[in-house]
Amino acid sequence: MRHGKYPFIIGFLVVPLALYLVFVVGAYLQMFQLSFTDWSGFGSFNYVGFDNFAKLWDDPVFWIALRHNVYILIAMPIVTIAIALFFAFLLNVGGKSKGGTTQGVWGSKVYRVVFFFPQLLALAIVAVIFGRVFGSDRSGMLNGLFPDSWSPWLFLADERWALICIAIVLIWQQIGFYVVLFSAGMGSIGQDIYEAAALDGATKVTLFFRITLPLLWDTLQVAWVYLGIAAFDLFALVNIMSVNKGGPNNATQVLSYQIYLNAFQNSQAGYASAIGVVLFFLTLTFAALTLRVTRRDAVA
Amino acid sequence: MTNLVTNAPAVASRPAPAVRKTGKVNPLNGVAHIALFLWALATAGPLIWVLLASFKSNTEIFLGKPFALPEHFSLKTYTDAWTEAHIGQYFINSIIVVAISTAGTMLLGSMAAYVLARYRFPGNRAIYYLFVSGLAFPTFMALAPIFGIVKSLGLLNTFTGLILVYIAYSLSFTVFFLTAFFRTLPHEIDEAALVDGAGHLRRFFQVMMPMAKSGLISITIFNIVGQWNQYLLPVVIMQGAGSDSNWVLTQGIANISVQAGYHAEWSTLFAALTLSIIPMIIVYAIFQRQIQAGLTAGAVK
Repeated sequence: MRHGKYPFIIGFLVVPLALYLVFVVGAYLQMFQLSFTDWSGFGSFNYVGFDNFAKLWDDPVFWIALRHNVYILIAMPIVTIAIALFFAFLLNVGGKSKGGTTQGVWGSKVYRVVFFFPQLLALAIVAVIFGRVFGSDRSGMLNGLFPDSWSPWLFLADERWALICIAIVLIWQQIGFYVVLFSAGMGSIGQDIYEAAALDGATKVTLFFRITLPLLWDTLQVAWVYLGIAAFDLFALVNIMSVNKGGPNNATQVLSYQIYLNAFQNSQAGYASAIGVVLFFLTLTFAALTLRVTRRDAVA
Repeated sequence: MTNLVTNAPAVASRPAPAVRKTGKVNPLNGVAHIALFLWALATAGPLIWVLLASFKSNTEIFLGKPFALPEHFSLKTYTDAWTEAHIGQYFINSIIVVAISTAGTMLLGSMAAYVLARYRFPGNRAIYYLFVSGLAFPTFMALAPIFGIVKSLGLLNTFTGLILVYIAYSLSFTVFFLTAFFRTLPHEIDEAALVDGAGHLRRFFQVMMPMAKSGLISITIFNIVGQWNQYLLPVVIMQGAGSDSNWVLTQGIANISVQAGYHAEWSTLFAALTLSIIPMIIVYAIFQRQIQAGLTAGAVK
């Protein structure tokens, strides 16, 4: 029975493992190595000790980018989860009651299908579409909808609004996914729990905060992690939508874009790797924090 | 009922008491409809606008109302987008890359996951955690080294390079998901096959794979969508002079957008966008249920 077990195991593991070691693990290890060099992206390099990290510490653009990442990391998941929960609740228990069971509102299936669709579109394509929706002259959708007497809004070309516009696009794309996710979670909450609470005179709002939300806690946790990942990676949106490479005046600068710009536009691949190393530790911190914050006692 | 007036709102909004009259409208319902309808509008609006604008001349786009119907329907913008803006080429590139890389991801991912889930051997846990740890870190973190590795292998600007990188970066999630899935499958059938003298290979392809069909389908859809939508990796791997003939769709569209911006000439871009959205709508219309299941699979389990 044990005949040929090890050859089989090795045969099945060697190719996937080799690919993974070369392109993923290898890349992460090299990132640490390169962060101590002055590699331009081409040719040879010298070791420069902690120079890249010292430079990073004094680089105002790095701090701006980090701050923007933190803003979006906090705001985007909260807004997305709040809106998605609201819609999911409306879809599932917002309808009228019939024959003793609560049903979703009329047309809830159609809504679910429509809401989910943007999730299927590439973020890059969504970015191109919204680059035009937020167009800063009359050819933009929103400026076209505004009355002729208004002077066009600048949106992405306006320092104050550019980052918010980008966050809105991400929220627009993500909400449908979480509506479906939360709907599935709410669907699995037993009808009898709602019935019992309703007999005790609980209102819809009470039902939501006292029953739905606690029972969805696990799903919310997952959603938070997923949204955190999405909020970190704003590369496609910033590369395509921002005016003047993360502008105007660095208003949309984020870490993923800083890594890209330094590696491929400024020929500072060593420096880009140092940003990657910082990000490595930030990601670990985020993961650890998430585990801490979202872990609730099972009995609570 | 009259002396229960103060209780009325609560009663009206009860979701489920069996004694309720059927079909009584509750106040939340109207609000719910308005809110849901507005969001549906916000979701579909930009897409409808893109479709309408794709038939319009540049002058119409600038001077007309955004949701006005085009003055006349012409497919000129579409033929321009397909040939001059090379949307056709990008589309075919995307299909080639994603078809091969998803197939490769599924084959290699399920092989690794199967062995890790069903065989005991020294180093099993270590290899599993090595794969899964990749989930924690964003791809863009190590952009410069990825570029360096692909370059040193002589695979820059090649489909092979892009496909290998796609597979490598898809393995973490695929192995994570499928290992969990293979563990849940019953051992009895597997053991029966073993007694019947089926070898390791045969048990994998003829016993386990068919049993794991639902999980495999979910994760295949997840990988197709993820790889089709990838933008960062192609931008890094397909760059430099002459790379544009190998660009994938996302990269191509982004470039058409930049070109359109230089000349403030938008109609071709809208046609290109429509061409890239419509296949997604068709696929979504057919496989809506499977797609929702596939994409949410990672979050649920």
